Amino acid sequence: MPADPKLAHVALELTAEARGLMACRFDPVGKHLFASAENRSIYRWKLEAAAKDPKHKPVAFGAHESWMFDLAVTADGQTLISAGGDDQLIWWPASAEAPQPIRKVKAHQGWIRSIALSPDGKLLASGGNDRMLRVWNVADGTKVHEFSEAAREIWSVAFHPDGKSVLGGDLDGKIHQWDIAAGKHVRSFDAAPLHEFEKGQSVHYGGVRALVVSTDGKWVVGGGLHKGTNPLGNIQQPLALRFDWQSAKLTRQHVTTGFTNERIWGMHYHAQGFLVAAIGGSKGALLFWNEGDDPSFHTFALPSTARGMAVSSDGMQIATTHFDSKVRVTKLSAKTA
Amino acid sequence: MKPCHYSCRSADHVLSRRQFFSSLAGASAFALPGLDLFSSPAMAAEMSSRQKRMIVINLAGGLSQLESWDPKPGTATGGPFRAIPTSVPGLHISELLPKTAKVMHHLALVRSLNTNLPDHGKGTYLMNTGRRQTPAMEYPVLGAVVAKALDTGGASALPGHIIISPTGSGGRSADSAYLGPKYGSVSLNGGKAPQYTERPAALAEEASICANDIRRKLNDRFALRRRTAQTDAYAQSYEQGLELMRSRHIFDITKESAKDQERYGSHDFGRHCLLARRLVESGISYVRVTHSNYDTHNENFNFHFEQVSEFDGPFSTLVTDLFERGLLDSTLIVVMSEMGRTPTINANYGRDHWGKAWSICLGGAGIQRGAVIGSTNETGTEVKEREVDAGHLFHTYLAALGVKSTARFNIAGQKVPMADPAFESIDELLV
Repeated sequence: MPADPKLAHVALELTAEARGLMACRFDPVGKHLFASAENRSIYRWKLEAAAKDPKHKPVAFGAHESWMFDLAVTADGQTLISAGGDDQLIWWPASAEAPQPIRKVKAHQGWIRSIALSPDGKLLASGGNDRMLRVWNVADGTKVHEFSEAAREIWSVAFHPDGKSVLGGDLDGKIHQWDIAAGKHVRSFDAAPLHEFEKGQSVHYGGVRALVVSTDGKWVVGGGLHKGTNPLGNIQQPLALRFDWQSAKLTRQHVTTGFTNERIWGMHYHAQGFLVAAIGGSKGALLFWNEGDDPSFHTFALPSTARGMAVSSDGMQIATTHFDSKVRVTKLSAKTA
Repeated sequence: MKPCHYSCRSADHVLSRRQFFSSLAGASAFALPGLDLFSSPAMAAEMSSRQKRMIVINLAGGLSQLESWDPKPGTATGGPFRAIPTSVPGLHISELLPKTAKVMHHLALVRSLNTNLPDHGKGTYLMNTGRRQTPAMEYPVLGAVVAKALDTGGASALPGHIIISPTGSGGRSADSAYLGPKYGSVSLNGGKAPQYTERPAALAEEASICANDIRRKLNDRFALRRRTAQTDAYAQSYEQGLELMRSRHIFDITKESAKDQERYGSHDFGRHCLLARRLVESGISYVRVTHSNYDTHNENFNFHFEQVSEFDGPFSTLVTDLFERGLLDSTLIVVMSEMGRTPTINANYGRDHWGKAWSICLGGAGIQRGAVIGSTNETGTEVKEREVDAGHLFHTYLAALGVKSTARFNIAGQKVPMADPAFESIDELLV
């Protein structure tokens, strides 16, 4: 049964004891859902139990001295990796009753904003406020590569599905491509519409906040915001930029209507070929675009502003984190009784 | 105040802004280049050792106390940043200030400020005047009070009250209220020299000298019988214009070494801090530098990472330089905003307006090094001890500069307290 965005509905509403939830991830085997929170905890829900009992209590654990801006779970569902604002990557036993850190790696100076696992699951890419993108061995946490070509903070990282390239999107609106085997910078995709310098407020704003590559490897999409006329006052609109992988040319600007205080916080390139983005600001929503769409072909309104987003491995469920202590799981299929 | 016998028996009157600009422009047209009051190193050194000065760093929009001087890591309100140790044992500040942390032994903190005015305009007025705004009376701003209080009546006609901001139209402001236009701020917007301070190329130097001589003679004759505060202010504005023209170089940071320019950084705030150093070294009593913008209702942490990081380098360099040049004991430095930011973090990772429990940093002249006044509770939502108002701070600034803050200005025969008499200085903060 294919996923159908037009059937989107919130099927599960999970509650943490903390408000201000941030990143989230499904484990690829479909057993658990993880979310990080502003109280420095990670919450883990058993999806099967939560589906039966809406009051199902999550397991909470943590060891970072800061917020966690991103999470990753290995393909076997056994290892969770958290990226903190305290320089550290932490490896966790994802299924343990009371998870304790397996490994702590001082990976960056300051915030680690984004991490991603390679298609074969052997490498982990991380990017952060120190403007560095680093590649790590998942098995032992050793550093494989360190790339320094970004001029501003790296907000998002992704691997190309061929496993040969790693990408990092920065605050300046540049998407850098590095060749992993050669350990070299290859080129940059110009995503400048995602960055603004607001003169009156003297602030840089925007950046490539989400970065995905289509499963067939043909498209690179960077997401964030534009029209940030009042960055400090939360005035901006969501924007996703689609690039052709071969030519690195910008081919489409995916926009939406009806949102003047929102930006993209999370994005996913669905195996069925559509793009989905979670937006937040004053309102929350999921936006869906096909390759040829300028405005989204479907918008699904969420009950409150969204922050992080993750998609289950079968592509049927989208989890979004919210400020109001909730993780909402939206299903892309018809409601069941 | 200089002795003055006015025919109308009044003290300094206020010239209108329009009158002032026209007079300044007129003075510029009759410039007298040549003598430079501060060209003598001996004179500059003597001035440096005696004269008190003040630099205010205004972090416009409302700096978050939690991302600067009063971090609460690991609490519900703490946010993502950590606290780091400073050069003062036991004192921690935000990790966004690593360079400032190394010079904290030159500085002090007030962590218990409760102004309870979460509003840009009202907060700015309060922090700049030490008084709450009232329709009954317009009070002079801190820079005007300091410029007047430190005015020794010497030969310099340079303005004592200078504001440096990244943008704006420049010129002079009517922010000195009853103290008169002499103490109103002169703005160096974008760090540029004041408006109308270059002699037009078409005007020969000799003609300019001649015209000014005639003007002075006529003024002197007129003043013999009909001297008023207005005629004095008018004449003074001409002389100040001429002084500004003669001393344009003090506004030119390219005259500082390339190394210093690099140390302060190539961005506006870095250049403006270097300019502030240059101005106080040139004898200006009060310089305010604005760094913008901290009004982070949205994405407070991203913007504080950007802004506070930019502040940290030039500010710590300025403190270090003043110390190494022997000027820190005579220069009061204050880092302030119009308010703080809410401990509660909103849905957009922002912090909103807040006046109940926030902080300022200060140091230099008259201030105990490494002092920490007051504290807030665990989550920063309330002052826990030694609550302080902006009125206390205003008294403290003056006292630190060696000015009796309880003194009164004589304004047209009316005694007006220099600072709000409902408050007093924070004596434990003073040397």
